[in-house]
Amino acid sequence: MIDLSLLADGGIGWLDASGPANHLVLSTRVRLARNLRGRTFGVRNSARDREEILDEVVAAAADSPGLAGAAVFRLDRLDSVDRELLHERHLVSKELAGLGRNDRVRIGAALLVRDRLGAMVNEEDHLRLQGVVSGFAPEAAYAEVDRLDGELGQRLAFAFHPEFGYLTACPTNVGTGLRASVLIHLPGLVLTKEISKVLQSLAQVGLTFRGLYGEGSEVVGNFFQLSNQTTLGKSEPELLDLLAKMVRQVIAYEEEARAVLLRDAPAVIEDKVWRAYGLLRYARALSFEETMNLLSGVRLGVGLKLIPDVGVYALNKLLVHTQPAHLAAGRGLSTDDPTLPIRRAEYVRTVLQDEGRRAG
Amino acid sequence: MTCEQCGTREAVVILKQVEGAEVRILHLCEPCAAERGVEDIEATAKTPLGAFLAAMGKEIVAEPSLPGAAPAAVCAACGASLQDFRESGRLGCAECWTTFEGPLRGLLRRVHGTTHHVGELYQTPGEEPTDPGALVSSLRAHLRSAVESENFELAAELRDRLRGME
Repeated sequence: MIDLSLLADGGIGWLDASGPANHLVLSTRVRLARNLRGRTFGVRNSARDREEILDEVVAAAADSPGLAGAAVFRLDRLDSVDRELLHERHLVSKELAGLGRNDRVRIGAALLVRDRLGAMVNEEDHLRLQGVVSGFAPEAAYAEVDRLDGELGQRLAFAFHPEFGYLTACPTNVGTGLRASVLIHLPGLVLTKEISKVLQSLAQVGLTFRGLYGEGSEVVGNFFQLSNQTTLGKSEPELLDLLAKMVRQVIAYEEEARAVLLRDAPAVIEDKVWRAYGLLRYARALSFEETMNLLSGVRLGVGLKLIPDVGVYALNKLLVHTQPAHLAAGRGLSTDDPTLPIRRAEYVRTVLQDEGRRAG
Repeated sequence: MTCEQCGTREAVVILKQVEGAEVRILHLCEPCAAERGVEDIEATAKTPLGAFLAAMGKEIVAEPSLPGAAPAAVCAACGASLQDFRESGRLGCAECWTTFEGPLRGLLRRVHGTTHHVGELYQTPGEEPTDPGALVSSLRAHLRSAVESENFELAAELRDRLRGME
């Protein structure tokens, strides 16, 4: 298993529920796509090109305050369970980790990570820089990654066009190369069946949604990743403002939906969230999907102050550590091991029991 | 129009083949086009960028084949063709952005609603900051060549940019 103790907080400092609106928003992430000037893009890179790109990036990173001393993980030298683990921590994309159905991990695919900053190397673009912070804080996340972008941009020459901006392999990322996203929990809007209306209105203003693991992933546990769809024609602050404004509205709608649920069907809601808690607290085998759905119920109960003894941090921890690779890697198992549901249930029981003791 | 190969079905694909200096245009039905390696249009449309790319392909074919107006078939820097881009949705290098500038503009307008980056400007390390005067003269030269090659769409864009700067 890879040594995540290299990272002060395992690369998941954003889990600590310290950020604004953390009862609804798990994390805010801003990523910038960059390519090195004078080199072909990812699809046309040979193994040697990718090795050279990685060397260049690692040298520049060592010299830049934001990533000096960063942990470097070469995905091409990790086994699949470890690559999956980094993906489950939202540190690498499925593509970089070579986890897609037709994907293989490419030579030179790497992750550099330090505190709240990360850099994926040799993804579809040479560099995907990202800043991740706890809760709803687009400006803070951008400030982090913008500083790193400035530092690396002085040490590496980026491909930039006076009209099109930062050049990327895919035209959907060109211009600013910026994608800002918030991971938000919206059970109220799902239960009141208002969610599709909200998502449609986001699409009209140039925002999009994805599932828990980003592009191409399904929505599980009522977690949605809301992000800007366009990257060109608006400045970085304008893109962040648009997302922030819309997310504030979505938060207001979610609060309203929750208030309606409590007003119109208090007994149903109370029963639902306590049932979820009861199952998690006492079940002896839990699938990942079931766990995500039950955790969503408990998170709603905690948000509505119906369940007093569970902290948001504990729920965040459960969200990460009940994922297949997290359960498997620490125990030397594979992600399709038949005992995982039993081990998952054991882990969930222990965490909830500790929470009860801590509170009680 | 009927397919020039089988002579029975309706032609739905225009295949433009460049062989040296010679350009051959064939009107084909879907099965005959498939035989010649033109991929299924429906299948392309299923990929995330597919619909845009499929539309873009049609646009390129529909462009008048004036000398200088037709986009170069292959990027001189990396060897990627427009067909490669249509298949993968990814460009081969920074030069591709110049080589396939015309079709890419259409795509950018559809995806982003514009072709102009208005965010942060990048200053390449070790290079002098770009002199605004030099940028204006280079845009003027670009505009002249766009007019000469009758690429009026590009010319209009460049004119607007120059107006914005002056």
